[in-house]
Order: sequence, then structure tokens, then C-alpha cells
Amino acid sequence: MGKFVVAPLADIPPGTQKRVHVAGRDIAVFNVGGELFGISDACPHQGGSLSTGATVGLTTSSEPGKFCHSRPGEFVRCPWHSWEFDLRTGQSWCDPRRFRTKAYDLSVEPGEALVAGPYVAETFGVSVEDQYVVVEF
Amino acid sequence: MLQVSVANAIDCDIHPGVPTIKALLPYMSDYWREAFIARGQDGFQPASYLPNSPLACRPDWREGDAVGASRLELLQRHALDGLGTGLAICNVLYGGSFAISETMAAAICSAVNDWLRAEWLDRDPRLRASIVVPTQNPRLAVEEIERLAGDRRFVQILMPVALDMMLGKEHYWPIFEAAERHALPIGLHAGSLYRYAPTTNGWPTHFLQDYVGNNHAFESQLLSLIAQGVFLRFPDLKVVLLESGVTWLPGFLWRARKTWRAVRPEVPWINESPIDIVRRHVRLTAQPIDGPADPAVLERVLNQIGSDDMLLYASDYPHWQFDGDRVVPDGVPARLIEKMARDNPLATYPRLRETIQ
Repeated sequence: MGKFVVAPLADIPPGTQKRVHVAGRDIAVFNVGGELFGISDACPHQGGSLSTGATVGLTTSSEPGKFCHSRPGEFVRCPWHSWEFDLRTGQSWCDPRRFRTKAYDLSVEPGEALVAGPYVAETFGVSVEDQYVVVEF
Repeated sequence: MLQVSVANAIDCDIHPGVPTIKALLPYMSDYWREAFIARGQDGFQPASYLPNSPLACRPDWREGDAVGASRLELLQRHALDGLGTGLAICNVLYGGSFAISETMAAAICSAVNDWLRAEWLDRDPRLRASIVVPTQNPRLAVEEIERLAGDRRFVQILMPVALDMMLGKEHYWPIFEAAERHALPIGLHAGSLYRYAPTTNGWPTHFLQDYVGNNHAFESQLLSLIAQGVFLRFPDLKVVLLESGVTWLPGFLWRARKTWRAVRPEVPWINESPIDIVRRHVRLTAQPIDGPADPAVLERVLNQIGSDDMLLYASDYPHWQFDGDRVVPDGVPARLIEKMARDNPLATYPRLRETIQ
């Protein structure tokens, strides 16, 4: 399909998330401490918008009563039924094989490079001075 | 009716009755024998099964007795010979399991267990039994388990389902530890210690509400065992739900799984669906089966459980759950009857396998 510019990086600073519309697809973009993740926005359960869900860490346990918290911010909980999705893979925690949302590869490119193409920015202009989030599929 | 396939079945829930406290006095210490006589205390039948209630004893099995199934010859005639039973597990429902006093509870439980051995198990080789324990004090309960576990005719530990507190709490873990170590499943029988109202909205007015309300207790205690991680801590533990009604299970499992998916980080040690945990660790006696009148619909409901390994054949003798010899209602698939009657009990109760192969 190609490479698409989804948003200026400045629109999604660390700790924020945003739904973008690219080539007919809704993608939930998350900036977790400077690392960018993109997953299909629709929850595979009943379609809740994952871009509006709370990001959380992964809670596991070695034995009853013990809590282990890791990977802060790398999971999103669907706002409708609170199912957890791994931002790296799009897989749900509770049933990863049956319920998964598509994960996208995102990168950050300088506007300078984007102006030359083959990138497509559907709804906004690209400035050579700024950084942009780019998705490829 | 496929009665032929249940010949020689293993009946996983029958109830010998303690006629009066006098029957137990020979099995008590001098102190307790004197105490019960001096106090004139009797009538320790659980309030859940009042002796004269129709449920407590089928009319044609009573034969004039105040307490149903309180004579071995009647139990042999009606439950063993009458239903063509190969082995039967005796679950005595009596005051030791319910008393407020921990020490009195322990004394009654201990006497019941010794009375069972001497007057029932020793007199019919088809009988097995559950150890009744004073759950009111888990340390005393474990002492009683240790005292009797060497007798391989005891195949289970019996507890009322509605206890002093949520069953999954660590308070009860010493009982589970002993149960697992001795290959004794925990049998949870309908009935309450009445420490709390049996509904979350207070005390019910009528027996109807009380008996039906047991479902709340089965659901909440089962979920407590799962959520507190009991089956992780005791991976070989089996729990048998006795007289729970069965058909509530699929809806409960769906709700438990749905909610677990939403709040999983609250119980992160639960790393698989509650449905899978229940299928591995929990069994249910198939008496009564609270089913619809249409056998086709009942079959559909039973298939929703999603496993043929979970149901155990039971008559619930002398409780009045069916008439004639129709122990298994129409609609239970033939393949399931075969498994219920023998394979599932043998898989559930390791100690039964020692005597039957």
C-alpha cells in the first residue's frame, strides 16, 4: 500500500494517545515514553475505540497475593469492557489467539524527507522543519 | 430411561441419618457424654433439612422413622439394593458441621465419624464415607482429618457450602493442604451455618427462598476458591459440589469469565479462564438436576457445561428428588450417564480406585 504520514509528532507527545484516520483505517497511536505504538482502533470484542482507553502496565503474579508490575504504559484497556491489549502485538491478554487487534509499524521521519515522497499525508501539510509519525502497510 | 447403564453405579451422595444424639454418645468422651445427657440437648438436624420436610425423606423410604435413612437395613434396601448401587458415599448432615461452639462441633463430628465407621462402613462393604469436620476451627478440622485419613474408606472431606466466611481465604487453607496430601476431595454440600443471612438482602421468610438460595452460596464460594488462588496453591485439589442443582453452572461460568477478562489485573495469579479452572478442579453431583421439563432442552443445557467429566451420579437418598427408580432424568445423554455412573467418580475420588478397577 505504501507509507502514510499520520500526524505531526508534536501532536502526540509522550504519555498521550490519538486516533488517526489513514487510507480508510482508524489507527490508535500511543506515545509511551517516547516510543510510538499503533494498533487498529476498533476493539476486536465489540468495537470500542481503543484510542480512548486507559494505558496501563502489565500486572502478573508469581503466586496468589503477589503483584508484579512491568512494562508501564504498554497496554491499553478497552473503554467498554476493560480488556487489555498489548500495544506491541495487538493481542488481548485474556485470549491472545482469538482476540487481537492489528499492530502497525510506526516510525518518525523528518519533514524534510517526507516532502520528497513517496509519502502520503491526507489531511495536513508537511513542514520541512518538523518531525512526523509515519505508518507503513 | 437408560436405567440399565447405571447398574452397579457409584452413588456419590447418600445421607445416613443420626436418629438422636443417643446414637452418638458411645463414641464420645466421658465429658461430652455427660454434658449432652445433663443438658438434654438433641435434635441436631441441620435447619436446612428439617426432619419432617418432604425434601428430607421420600415418603416411601421413611417407614415410620422420624429421621430418614437412620437404619442401615432401610438404606440397604432402598438405596443400595433398590437402585442397584455398587458403591455409595455417605455424607452425614448433622450438627457438628453447624454448631457455634468449636469444641462441641469437634466432639459431634468425631462421634459421627466413628459411628459411621462402626455402624455403617463395617457392616456393608459397599459403603464409603466423607469425613465430617468442624470447619468452625480449621486446626481442629485438620486434627480430625489426620485421625481418620488412614482409613481408606473415607474418600472425601464434607463441609457445608455456606460457612463462617469466604471459602478461599487462607483461614481454610490448612484444610485444603490436608485434603490434597491425603487425596481427599472437598465435598461442599448445600446447607448453611447461618452465621449470615443466606441472601445478600437479608433473611428470607420461607423455606422456598432458603433452599433455592443455596445457589448464591455455591456461586460465591466457588468463585472465592478461584479468585483467592486456592487451585494454584493446591494444584491437585478437587472440589465436589453436592446437591447444587447443576444447571446454574453454565451461566455462572460465562459471567465469571466475562468479568475476569475485565478485572484480571485485580487477580493476576489467575492466568487462565475461570472456566478452565472449574473444568479441571470442580465436580458436581447430578442430583438434583434443576432442569426444564423438555428433555431436549435439558440435554442442551448440560452440553453447555462443555465437559463430560464433571457430573457424578448420585441419588441423594433419602432426600426426595425423584420417584421410583428414575435417578437420572430424561434428557441426560446416554454417553454422559455412563461416565457419571463410574468413570467420573473413579477419576474424582482416588481412594475409590483402590478397591475397584
